[in-house]
Amino acid sequence: MHAVQMKGIVKRFADLTANDNIDFDLEQGEIHALLGENGAGKTTLMRILYGLYHADEGEMLINGTPAVIHSPKDAIRLGIGMVTQHFTLVPTLSVAENMVLGETGSITVNLPDVEKKVAAASERFGIPVKPQALIKHLSVGERQRVEILKALYHDARVLILDEPTAVLVPQEVEVLFDALVRLQNEGLSVIFISHHLNEVMEICDRITVLRDGHSVGTVRKVDTNLKQLANMMVGRENFGVTRQGQREKGRVELCIQGVHATDKKGLPSLKGVSLDVHQGEILGLAGVSGNGQAELSAVLCGTKKTTSGKVMVGDLNLTNAEPSAVCAAGVGRIPEDRYANMVGELSVAENLVLDQLDQFVNRGILDQEKIQENAKKLINEFQIKASPGDRVRTLSGGNMQKVMLARTLSQKPRVVIASQPTRGLDVGATDYVRTTLLEQRDNGAAVLLLSEDLEEIMALSDRIAVIYAGRIMGILPAQEATAEKLGLMMAGAPTLDRKGGVDAEI
Amino acid sequence: MELTLFLVGLIAATLRVATPLIFGTLGELFSERSGVLNLGIEGIMFLGAFTGFAVAAKTGSLWIGLLGAIVAGGLAGMLMALLSVRLGVNQHVSGLGITLLATGISLYSFRVIFGESKIPPSIEPFPMLPILPELHVLAPITNQYLLTYIGIAMIAVVWWVIGKTRFGLQIRAVGENPEAADAAGLNVYAIRTRALVIGGALMAVGGAFLTLAQLGSFTFGIIAGRGWVCIALIIFANWQSVNVLFGALIFGGVQALQLRLQTLGFKLPYELFLSLPYVVTIIALTLAGRNASAPSALLKAYRRE
Repeated sequence: MHAVQMKGIVKRFADLTANDNIDFDLEQGEIHALLGENGAGKTTLMRILYGLYHADEGEMLINGTPAVIHSPKDAIRLGIGMVTQHFTLVPTLSVAENMVLGETGSITVNLPDVEKKVAAASERFGIPVKPQALIKHLSVGERQRVEILKALYHDARVLILDEPTAVLVPQEVEVLFDALVRLQNEGLSVIFISHHLNEVMEICDRITVLRDGHSVGTVRKVDTNLKQLANMMVGRENFGVTRQGQREKGRVELCIQGVHATDKKGLPSLKGVSLDVHQGEILGLAGVSGNGQAELSAVLCGTKKTTSGKVMVGDLNLTNAEPSAVCAAGVGRIPEDRYANMVGELSVAENLVLDQLDQFVNRGILDQEKIQENAKKLINEFQIKASPGDRVRTLSGGNMQKVMLARTLSQKPRVVIASQPTRGLDVGATDYVRTTLLEQRDNGAAVLLLSEDLEEIMALSDRIAVIYAGRIMGILPAQEATAEKLGLMMAGAPTLDRKGGVDAEI
Repeated sequence: MELTLFLVGLIAATLRVATPLIFGTLGELFSERSGVLNLGIEGIMFLGAFTGFAVAAKTGSLWIGLLGAIVAGGLAGMLMALLSVRLGVNQHVSGLGITLLATGISLYSFRVIFGESKIPPSIEPFPMLPILPELHVLAPITNQYLLTYIGIAMIAVVWWVIGKTRFGLQIRAVGENPEAADAAGLNVYAIRTRALVIGGALMAVGGAFLTLAQLGSFTFGIIAGRGWVCIALIIFANWQSVNVLFGALIFGGVQALQLRLQTLGFKLPYELFLSLPYVVTIIALTLAGRNASAPSALLKAYRRE
């Protein structure tokens, strides 16, 4: 019996066909992945199922009965729940209050009753949530659990999760996957939207791959492998960029000595970090998120002060220098959060010159011609799909990251600080970013790569350092590094007796 | 012919009424595009009106009076920057505080300097600057104060500064995403401070226009909510300098019209006519405000972590 069947779905936006005659079916009690690159049409298809969009053509059957879904209200009535990437919770209200927010029909709310029901659902599905907790006090992972619980509270039998892992740290992903398996055992069906092959292979029973608005096909996990999926997803067999060959080590270009710093709350987050990055090498810094990477990157870029320690680039002392001085010294940064580092309302051309205005200004007046020329050149060189006048906020994540890369690398930096440079990017854009980083290395730049993605670290780095709780646990040459060794160091100990703490309880 | 005369007179009055609004709104535009809502505008316009008048009365020079207003407005903008940018005080609180402070200082100083005489002190205001010959049918329209011409020209200047200069790009960047601007090496505090100082100076000129040109005297109700109207006009203008002209002209036009309607002898309470410009402003705002998009960082104090 099919929980959901979608037949010949077509959805057009102006001149773009987001879904072109897509068939999709979901069996009862399965976890079904919807896999594809950014912009492949995954979210559009699911928004149609949830009633947020209306299909131009095609039909839908829920539990074998033809259904017309005009709005999320219809979808909820039919037992479909969706957890979007942007949560729809009111931060100042409690978990229980958020559950009944959309309910009409009675004037009063019996909150203790709701709380009891929430607690019961939380127990039954193994999703730990305190009904009285205020949303604003919850972490992102916890909020996501509340969203899932909200759908279950409204008796969802089909759960749509739109890139649920994009906002989670690795431990939270584990907790999520445990919950999903439990839901499956309870007989629920889950649609899991993702562009991460590994996740899909870990959790799903069947996989439907979309590409450019078309369905490439549906495969069972047991019948497929990573390579085939990647091929279906990007339409080519070979993907994954790796470092080639060994390079002669140059002199030390970036030297970090005993750096201490505090986090937002004023607690120590860097406890004497020392690293040397040589010319022409990529030093990978692996670690579970929240172990000091963000603070280290901020210190190196000049937006955070150290409490002690020293940062040198070549012979220049850049300890606690302003961002403009850091930039002038030839340090380029590829930040983790693209949205926080681009001005969305400004154009691509303007963003491309924002940190080097001196070169594009003539007696206080912007040299428009030069700015446009620069933009055209970089758009071409970095394969950015946009025109110079487009506002950056209208760009996709991958293109935004290319703008960032273009701005940073066009200044030929001696040192590149790349924080999670491929997070949230699709395979094509990821390949591109990685290739570019390797080019920088081959051109003699010193590259510090901070990433939570071990596969990325191991593919690109010449040497790999591991950070844990604000300390460097050790540095390994790439040849000696294995996922197992690194994993142990990331967990904070060279022995097996300690496991990384997973906070499942709220 | 009578209708022509009526219309020509109406347009001429519209421009006059619009002048302080143009200066005030352009001042607010500088502040808000940099990410700071300056609710001190009502007080700063009042301070400008007072300082301009007092300095002109004491020195005998209208131009030195105008300069005094510019300096006072700039200082008030700097105080706003100290509070809302450097110290990160809530922008509503610091803005309203500035309005209260600037109004209070002006009233107090006025009493100290001019005492409490029955006849309010007055000065000889700026003369009109006619462009067309007196007998031309359109002559009244081009018979305006110099400051009115400057105000209209200022719209083009602000458009150019915001859109075409380094400073303008910096203002837009810190008003939309101060984190990104900081990371790109721009000094968020300094840029916002400069924008507020310039904004304050422009607001003060708007106030000084009333005492130095239009009226020649200073009264306690001289600003009468014009500052708040500017706050509405900036939303109407969708934070675009060119639209400021239309907003100010619509409000000024209705204001000038209602004055004329009152004299036509309709049997209606005069308060109805007085409220007309505000009613029109609310309607215009409702229509234009729906698509308005404020600078993203408006109201957000910037702090490095």
